[in-house]
Amino acid sequence: MKNLKTAFLLIIMLCASIITAQQTPAPKQTNDIAIIGATAHIGNGTIIKNSIIVIKNGKIDLIGDAEKSIIDLNAIETINAKGKHIYPGFIVPNSTLGLIEIDAVKASDDNAEMGSLNPHIRSLIAYNAESKVIETMRPNGVLLGQITPRGGRLSGTSSVVQFDAWNWEDAVIKTDEGLHLNWPGSFSRGNHWLGEAGLQPNKNYNKQIRQLKDYFNECKAYNSGNKTKIHLPFEAVQGIFDGAKKLYIHVNDEKGIIDAMNFAEQNNIKNMIVVGGREAYKVADLLNKNEVPVILQRVHSTPNNEDDDYDLPYKTAKLLVDQDVLVALETSGQMERMNTRNLPFYAGTTVTHGLTKEQALQLITLNPAKILGIDHLYGSLEKGKSATLFISEGDAMDMRTNKLTHAFIDGREISLETHQTELWKRYSEKYKHP
Amino acid sequence: MNKIYLAILTFLCSISFYAQDYFPKNSGVSTDNTNYTAITNAKIFITPTQVIENGTLLIKDGKVVSTGVSVVLPKNTNTMDASGKSIYPSFIDIYSDFGIKKPQSAPRSQTPQYEASRTGYYWNDHIMPENKAISKFNYDSKKADELIKAGFGVVNTHIHDGIVRGSGTLVALNNHSGNETRVIAEKSGQYLSSKKSVTSRQSYPNSLMGSLALLRQMYLDADWYAKGYSKTKDLSLEALNNNKNLVQIIEAGSRANVLRVDKIGDENGIQYVILGGGDEYERIADIKATNAPLIIPINFPKAYDVENTFLVSSLSLHDMRAWNQKPSNPKLLAEHGIPFTLTMHGLKSPADFKTNLLNAIKHGLSKEKALEALTTIPAQLLGKSHVIGSLENGAYANFLITSGDIFNKKTILFENWVQGRQNIIKDMNTIDIRGDYHFSLAGTSYQMSLKGELSKLKSEIKTNTDTYGSKISYNKDWVHISLKTKDSTKQEFIRITAHVTPNKDLKGKAIISDGTALPFSATYSKEDHDEAPKDEKEADIKVTKMFPVTFPNNGYGFTELPKTETLLFKNATVWTNEKEGILKNTDVLIKDGKISKIGENLSSKNAKLIDAKGKHLTAGIIDEHSHIAAASINEGGQNSSAEVTIEDVINETDISIYRNLAGGVTSIQILHGSANPIGGRSAIIKLKWGASANNLIYNNSPKFIKFALGENVKQSRYNNGVRFPQTRMGVEQVYIDYFTRAKAYDALKKSGKPYRRDIELETLAEILNKERFISCHSYVQSEINMLMKVAENFNFNINTFTHILEGYKVADKMKMHGVGGSTFSDWWAYKYEVNDAIPYNASIMHNEGVTVAINSDDAEMSRRLNQEAAKSVKYGNVSEEDALKFVTLNPAKLLHIDHRVGSIKVGKDADVVLWTDHPLSVYAKAEKTIIEGVTYFDLETDKKIRARIKEEKSELINMMMQAKNKGLKTQPIKKKEKEYLHCDSIDNEHL
Repeated sequence: MKNLKTAFLLIIMLCASIITAQQTPAPKQTNDIAIIGATAHIGNGTIIKNSIIVIKNGKIDLIGDAEKSIIDLNAIETINAKGKHIYPGFIVPNSTLGLIEIDAVKASDDNAEMGSLNPHIRSLIAYNAESKVIETMRPNGVLLGQITPRGGRLSGTSSVVQFDAWNWEDAVIKTDEGLHLNWPGSFSRGNHWLGEAGLQPNKNYNKQIRQLKDYFNECKAYNSGNKTKIHLPFEAVQGIFDGAKKLYIHVNDEKGIIDAMNFAEQNNIKNMIVVGGREAYKVADLLNKNEVPVILQRVHSTPNNEDDDYDLPYKTAKLLVDQDVLVALETSGQMERMNTRNLPFYAGTTVTHGLTKEQALQLITLNPAKILGIDHLYGSLEKGKSATLFISEGDAMDMRTNKLTHAFIDGREISLETHQTELWKRYSEKYKHP
Repeated sequence: MNKIYLAILTFLCSISFYAQDYFPKNSGVSTDNTNYTAITNAKIFITPTQVIENGTLLIKDGKVVSTGVSVVLPKNTNTMDASGKSIYPSFIDIYSDFGIKKPQSAPRSQTPQYEASRTGYYWNDHIMPENKAISKFNYDSKKADELIKAGFGVVNTHIHDGIVRGSGTLVALNNHSGNETRVIAEKSGQYLSSKKSVTSRQSYPNSLMGSLALLRQMYLDADWYAKGYSKTKDLSLEALNNNKNLVQIIEAGSRANVLRVDKIGDENGIQYVILGGGDEYERIADIKATNAPLIIPINFPKAYDVENTFLVSSLSLHDMRAWNQKPSNPKLLAEHGIPFTLTMHGLKSPADFKTNLLNAIKHGLSKEKALEALTTIPAQLLGKSHVIGSLENGAYANFLITSGDIFNKKTILFENWVQGRQNIIKDMNTIDIRGDYHFSLAGTSYQMSLKGELSKLKSEIKTNTDTYGSKISYNKDWVHISLKTKDSTKQEFIRITAHVTPNKDLKGKAIISDGTALPFSATYSKEDHDEAPKDEKEADIKVTKMFPVTFPNNGYGFTELPKTETLLFKNATVWTNEKEGILKNTDVLIKDGKISKIGENLSSKNAKLIDAKGKHLTAGIIDEHSHIAAASINEGGQNSSAEVTIEDVINETDISIYRNLAGGVTSIQILHGSANPIGGRSAIIKLKWGASANNLIYNNSPKFIKFALGENVKQSRYNNGVRFPQTRMGVEQVYIDYFTRAKAYDALKKSGKPYRRDIELETLAEILNKERFISCHSYVQSEINMLMKVAENFNFNINTFTHILEGYKVADKMKMHGVGGSTFSDWWAYKYEVNDAIPYNASIMHNEGVTVAINSDDAEMSRRLNQEAAKSVKYGNVSEEDALKFVTLNPAKLLHIDHRVGSIKVGKDADVVLWTDHPLSVYAKAEKTIIEGVTYFDLETDKKIRARIKEEKSELINMMMQAKNKGLKTQPIKKKEKEYLHCDSIDNEHL
């Protein structure tokens, strides 16, 4: 074991280059690659134990049982992954990766524009593909994300990107795919100076919803008119009525979720998604009936109320999945960007609290792909889809065994090195004992 | 009635101010009155226990001359008959701000103020023993009227502002005299609190623990000053010393704070009288043990409005129970022999006082105890029993005349005499004419019934066939009735004016619509005054059961404190953390709170068997860096706060304790925050859910203090930091300065020469003497290196660097210095100084031989520290056995508690966790968490508690719905915002 460790270290050190800034994005796939022998976790709930996957021109050309495969392996590069596990690249929705580099440094913060009604604001153009935080997602298997602006009532428009790119144009998978609405809270904070401690029912709730309704009516009126003057925000909203854009409603409480669903229906919004959904489990049947998916808040959260079950945030996904709600996991909250690399372990926790491993895997692969509308290419290991996948030595949803050896985005084998691994090697080298 | 009352008052005031006898008088001739007044034939409560029937109360010059059944009345006695009435000593409130204007707040500013605003006084503006209530006192006769109506005769008032608030003044609510008469004691009691003054913006203290520390230091300084060592003048300390013999009354405001401030008193030989919070029942035994007399508010909560089911889910069982439990607080205090007085403090209106008092009595407070709490006890507490609180001879003639038992809802308070001066609240000679009458007018026979309060009578007049609109007014033996005539198309009235005869009949005349006067006579037939006044409805609540208090008193509390058990784990995989390593199929016996045996095929007669096949047993998780279970975390009011200690502010009710237990955590260090280079002292506790705050702290706990470096202490994110230091360069100088001073201090102390005891320097001297250890918040290598060098120059070692995210860059230096590192598994990028933080940090430090721990600094992460340890296997290939030690044995070593906890070894404390799976796996749950043989968390029990919470909440909701349907007032649901404290958190005063 010790020898192995040293050997491993040595190999890594040989590969290690002198510290540079960010990892260089991988070039386009040229040679075909076959990965053989791994347990393939398809992402749709099934597995293939002894699998073979052939990657060609960035796509999965073949996936199946290695024993039944009759492909000639002599002509192609093969990776022996016996005893290892292979997964579709994990997808993080509702992320601010690339919009802030360091939380406390204001100059590096581009996540929330001023004002309240900003449907025209586009996250994509501020996305920093070279963020040092983003490259640390990859060694844990998080390869795709929905980059989402924050703040205000209508925060703006999100896009989906992959995490190995030279710039935002290079990174984008789906441009301006959704509009983000922060639903009015059911509680508002009391005025501290008036001695109103704690949270009180939001007195302005109805007014805020009425304002929103008025705003959407204005948008509709504008878009059916002759547009003598261009109104950028109204233009940006149009997509949610004609289905070009999805409407992501960020809402956590039971009543808010019901109100939001009714609101979407009354306004003929084609695709609505609940983001956050802390109390979504209380209305799971309604969500199911209305076919509204939930992008569920960070699994590793403290319960919201003093008397809640200690494991409520851990098991909420299970409560929703049991009612056939389409669920994906998100990571927003304190220190969300750097913490996003723990997305696989959020999924792992849902297994400890009720789901099967393959169900949990769907929450960070095929389900978010469906929700974001990229499932024709991403989210599962299926023939014809993008070869965006990785190999882990063990179960990738358990931090104990999540160890990536290879990762591919669109067939390009990407670097698993980071600013952090480089520092690790540099200082391990410094202390190298004879 | 109000108007009459005020008119009488005004009349009395205008003619009869007692003039001081040596004052010249220009308004007439001398009118000294030397008459006696006697009130006869009343039931007289001389004290709550000494009662005479048909007695006489004889008073003169505002004082009681004598009471008894056969009092000899001097000839010049003015006698009043009070047959059937009761006389009580009037009430006393010793926690009042009567007549004191609310102090004006200092103007707000963005720039903090660190130094005092005053000179010649104590160094801290919030210490104001020199304040005197009398100098700010302005008699408020309007407010006095309200208090008089509520039955009060005397209040002890004070300036309700600051940590030391100066002396109070004992005032009789005598509207007829001046301050020369009504001020009973000019300096009566000294008042204190833990709350800062609004009049100064001086930052320190900005936490509860800072206030407590400041009080401690102040007492030391006062002592030193009294001995004449100070070279300068300090009017505050002089006043403090002058006030020493007064009763010391401190505002705590909650059960938890009662215990906290009592400790400060005990340390300084002072038994405070303490203003409680009305929640003392939650830890009644601890309250009793303080021996403190209490001042108890009776502002019982109203039922919550629980109709909105969405909002109800955010209401905690604790808050719901409070509605049910709080009215029983006075009863429980009395039952436990805890002396207490009641106060109006906290009540919105004095009118609520009686309602709530009656409610307390309904909940079991005896009437005798209630009366004591309002009369004899407050008098005793102020040392004024000879003049107030009773009707003993020589006491002030402060008394109430009532229609009967003063604690009966229907009883009317007629008069409240203060210093022998009569205040009429309701005229006791008014004949009660409520009831049924009949009369005839112009050949028609009418029935009339009179209802409601005498001052607001309602009349109902009808014949056998019709009901007539009518109005009545009743004033001093005369009634005036207007009666609408039968023909409703004409607006015509019959007006009746009649005199009330002693047998309640009404005789007079009626003037019909054409102006003709007819004789009128109505005959009284039946008494009727059942209707209770509206504002007393609250007292109508049917007293149902009191929900049992749990430990702590929230949903997940224990109904009975759990006991230590003999437990035998069978066939577990045991992670010993000792040289035996990981043992498979092994039994572990726990007995008397210790690990008793480890081996195969163990048996024990009395042990409870636990099948642990396929499960893992590890030592309990220890979190080196936690901020849960504390009411304050940061005292950032100065750049050093070594004098404060988290041990003063442990909050044993924090639900995070239970949730941490559910994550296998058994011991934590609650660290001070990182607001200043020299922070406060830690508390090292075991998560003994249900135990009192003090019982959580380790016995003979190792002494620790938090230091901090970097962005937080230099206020990097302040727009206008003005506190030294503002750079890392300054941080070093802070340390050198303080340690230099501490060294000098220690030398002086050891020399035997007189010295000013300074808790802050004493704490730092403990570090120099290697009696106290430093856990230092640190990020970048330069500052880490700096602090080690500073320590080496002062000949001591830093014990732990916490966070230590660039520890990997100086791991060799750390090893050489002998400091441990307690770090995050994978946090980074949240501020500039953690830009180079890497998840391989733990592994590199570990490989260099540094003792490494993984900590949380976060109430969420601490619930799964085992998983954080597992990340060291992923990032840096630490062995699984060593990784688990990062959250068990290694933090125990860093905290110097490894002789007790941290491994599974015979003789060590039985602090263990049974895991459902491999303890480093995300798939493992803590099934049982045991501390010293007591099972504090158990998955099965947890399920039962969930069911119990649901049941109890439903029951309470039902009761609240019933209360609302009865027409009782409710309060809207508020959601308590759980504050998770971090290094950067400011105080959480409410706990």
